[in-house]
Amino acid sequence: MSLLNVSRRSFLQGTAAGLVAGATGIRSAAAADVTIGIVYVGPRDDFGWNQAHATAVKALKTLSGVKAVEEENVPETDACAKSMESMVNLDSANIVLGTSFGYFDPFMVNLAKKYSKVEFRHAAPLWSADKHPKNLGSYFGYLNQGHYVDGIAAGLSTKSNKLGFVAAKPISSVLSNINSFMLGAKKVNPNAVVQVIFTGDWSLPVREAEAVNALVDAGCDVITCHVDGPKVVIETAEKRGAKTCGHNASQAPLAPKGFITGAEYKWETFYKAYATALGKGEPLPNMLAGGYEADMVQNSPFGAGATEAAKAAATTAIADLKAKKPIYVGPLKDNKGKVVITKTYDNLDPFLDQMDYLLEGVVGSIT
Amino acid sequence: MSGDSPFIIVLLAIVGGALRVSTPFMFVALGECLTEKSGRVNLGLEGTLVLGAMCAYAISFHSGSPWLGVLAAGCAGSLLGAIHGYVCKLPRVNDIAIGIAMMLFGTGLAFFFGKAYIQPSAPRLESFSLGAWTGNQQIETALQINPLLLVGVVVAIAMSWAFANTKWGLIVRMTGDSAPAARAMGVSVDMVRFLSTTAGGFLAGVGGAFLSLFYPGSWNQGLSSGQGLMAVALVIFARWDPIRCAFAALLFGATGAIGPALQSVGITQGYYFFNAAPYILTLLVMIASAGSKQAARNVPGELSITK
Amino acid sequence: MADIAEPMAPPMVAASEWRGDLSIRIRRGAEYVAIPLFALVVSAILFSLFLLALGKSPIQFFQLVHQGGFGTAFSIQNTLQRAAPLILTALAVAIPARIGLVMIGGEGALVVGGFASAAIAIPLVTGKASPMVALIIMAIAGMIFGALWVGIAGFLRYARGVNETISSLLLTYIGIATMNFFVEGALRDLTNPNKPSTMPIGDAYMVGKIPGTDVHWGLAIGVLLAIVLHILMSRTTFGFAVRVTGGNARAALAQGIPVGKLIVICCLIAGACAGLAGFYEVAAIQGRANASLVAGYGFTGILVAFLARHNAIAIIPVAIMFGGLVASGGLVQRRMDLPDATVLVLQGLTFVVLLVSETLYGRFKIFQPPITADRT
Repeated sequence: MSLLNVSRRSFLQGTAAGLVAGATGIRSAAAADVTIGIVYVGPRDDFGWNQAHATAVKALKTLSGVKAVEEENVPETDACAKSMESMVNLDSANIVLGTSFGYFDPFMVNLAKKYSKVEFRHAAPLWSADKHPKNLGSYFGYLNQGHYVDGIAAGLSTKSNKLGFVAAKPISSVLSNINSFMLGAKKVNPNAVVQVIFTGDWSLPVREAEAVNALVDAGCDVITCHVDGPKVVIETAEKRGAKTCGHNASQAPLAPKGFITGAEYKWETFYKAYATALGKGEPLPNMLAGGYEADMVQNSPFGAGATEAAKAAATTAIADLKAKKPIYVGPLKDNKGKVVITKTYDNLDPFLDQMDYLLEGVVGSIT
Repeated sequence: MSGDSPFIIVLLAIVGGALRVSTPFMFVALGECLTEKSGRVNLGLEGTLVLGAMCAYAISFHSGSPWLGVLAAGCAGSLLGAIHGYVCKLPRVNDIAIGIAMMLFGTGLAFFFGKAYIQPSAPRLESFSLGAWTGNQQIETALQINPLLLVGVVVAIAMSWAFANTKWGLIVRMTGDSAPAARAMGVSVDMVRFLSTTAGGFLAGVGGAFLSLFYPGSWNQGLSSGQGLMAVALVIFARWDPIRCAFAALLFGATGAIGPALQSVGITQGYYFFNAAPYILTLLVMIASAGSKQAARNVPGELSITK
Repeated sequence: MADIAEPMAPPMVAASEWRGDLSIRIRRGAEYVAIPLFALVVSAILFSLFLLALGKSPIQFFQLVHQGGFGTAFSIQNTLQRAAPLILTALAVAIPARIGLVMIGGEGALVVGGFASAAIAIPLVTGKASPMVALIIMAIAGMIFGALWVGIAGFLRYARGVNETISSLLLTYIGIATMNFFVEGALRDLTNPNKPSTMPIGDAYMVGKIPGTDVHWGLAIGVLLAIVLHILMSRTTFGFAVRVTGGNARAALAQGIPVGKLIVICCLIAGACAGLAGFYEVAAIQGRANASLVAGYGFTGILVAFLARHNAIAIIPVAIMFGGLVASGGLVQRRMDLPDATVLVLQGLTFVVLLVSETLYGRFKIFQPPITADRT
């Protein structure tokens, strides 16, 4: 199974790279009119996940022949299926993008079966060739690479060597970001530890602020997070005098004193690729995924909190990631002492998508 | 700093949490307490809180003065309170249902007009620390206090005193206990309730200002995760006593801080239940205190939720 | 709490007049239709002013609401699908309301009920039970746990005098935390690492659609249940005793009506309705239990019930109206570039106006029976 996955993914990355080149190269070639429907789980301007998508869609709207219809605050219930169906039926959308994890199964899977002429793409690596329809697919950026760069910058910007991480839920993609952040920090600063607090849900502003305070009280002087809208985390940390690393979109304006850098998606790459392919009548890839090597993630410009050493090391790390240098160099132990990563894995290896542990160097527990 | 024992860290976090998180609860609970003392229930204070938070942020952004924002939040809150107070005097109109509808309406307005204010950064309220003399940075931050918290405490004391010692307090209590008795005394029951609901709305709006201008100190749609609703529960918990409302709000803030604080020292099992702690605690206290003669004596007789 | 029960003539009068005077029934029926319609028109006008003030076209808005909620076959099915859970959660509010309780814990009962059905499905599905049997057991589990959840609030009210509005709200938060605890812990399906959920029940075990439509069976069951409960409340001794208690609990006690028992039974029925809604969310929509069960249906149900004046039959059209509004919200967002909160504003406004219109009942002579002597 994992072998199959690897080959599928590396094949698709090939096509993805081609598509991306096409998208940036021949911008005006989108001949036929394309309507893109996109559904967000939260408000479009949350300084986080949804905003990252919405910014990309805004850029998309500037392309000629491309129309985008958007709907925000759509919950992961049949409401999302109905919204998407409504985009297909009433707005004649050619492609529908679902941006929230829970939209995929069963909603988008069923819709793809029902509307075989419409393309459906979902922002998480869930599609599999043997289980799902061909007009459905996944796209995903390996944001953990951005967090790795954050970690490197944070590790060289901390004084107390304690870094705080406010996380929503202990799920694989979150754990992968925490672990990558820690590995980045440890790489440049072996004394660094990452302390994590789970809030329990994606958007709980008061509890997120409490978590930041608890971390700062416990001695952390750099705070980062993985929650839907990092605004509260970044602002609270700034107020407490802690430095910050961002998540999802750029939070640099929120922390003029302490912002170091932040892990950001570059959804524009994906969406322009889709629009261009549709405009030219070319088939869309079912799986479009990558990190720095495919220009699908990026780091926010350095803020005042980044030391010179941090900037230099982070810039080097970005170049390394573009050259596909691995983050997870095995063997690695989890924070209970068990070896969970036996060998060195490629950055996009599906094995790493299945993470259910916190590595040694992270203080916290997922249960 | 690293030498501190986990116990001290948790204790400080809980005290700090109580001081930080409790203020909106306190204001909404005091507002609701006033409204309920007059014999009416306003379940819509959640919407008032959210609208207050939005208005405070917007006005602070435009005017550059957070205190003007606080005032605007209070005015927006009293407007919603006034609508509630006015329509509930009409016969057959149910105050609880109107409250739920007003909650939706207030939240809707706040989200609608608040879109434009998610991105900009407004000036916030400043705080001062009661712990500056200790020279210990942790104690100093834990004892960070916003002037609004002090205002809340003062309001609680003043309200408690007014209920017991002033003519106005007596009128409000009498209206709440028995409308016919109040009418017999020549009191306009509708007017008293209208004013109490409006004033209650003002307080709840100010509570919202605290959320957006101090802690967590930003405006977004997920800002209040049910604090306004819970504050209504707090009033029952506090048995309609303003001073007890203030203490209940502090207790609530403290229980809310337990979850993150324990995680920060490495105790992470069952954080869902730590996060649900305030609700479980309230329910247990309600079960324990309900049915007692003491509780029965404090209930305003006209209140629809206790009939 | 007499004022929240449906303000109809005292039951005894109604019973004798039911078959007797058709014109009274028609007049009163007309009142129940005319006043809400009037209120809807008023709120439409108010909302139009709101839109005009913002420089948006109200005509376009209402056209879109029509198109998105009722205009096409797809829109109608969209509306009905969204109405399905609301009928059940509104019943969960309406039934306790008839006995004088304001129970707002439908959300918690839905979540706990849905979770219970998904949890009990795990051994059934792995043991390859027949789908029919499995679904029935799941539905029963959902109803029992939902009933328990609201039942606790009812029991506390009866045994300790704990205010049911607040306790049911608290129980909702506790219920959600309980579900999350299990879904992220003991009952988590580890093959789905990114969204903590229980094991999916699989297509073979899913509740199907009503033939010829895209709407699941929960709608039909909801309608059926609304009718059954309406009959229970209006035509049986039980319903009579409930309404007497709702009118005046002390008088009911004096007449020897077992008030405590009735309160608990009403709450159990209510919780079972919400739990059933949770079962359909799991078995017809999600296929598993996870945090998506917390979608606010329980809270919306409160409004539907109040707007339907706690009349089980009236809940059906009100839930459909509501479903239509929500269904068209997306279209409004997309076409008019209005934030999604627009529909919230319209809903809030409509509800306030509709609830205020309660005060108009009995004020218009045209709707009143010619002989008023029978009315007390």
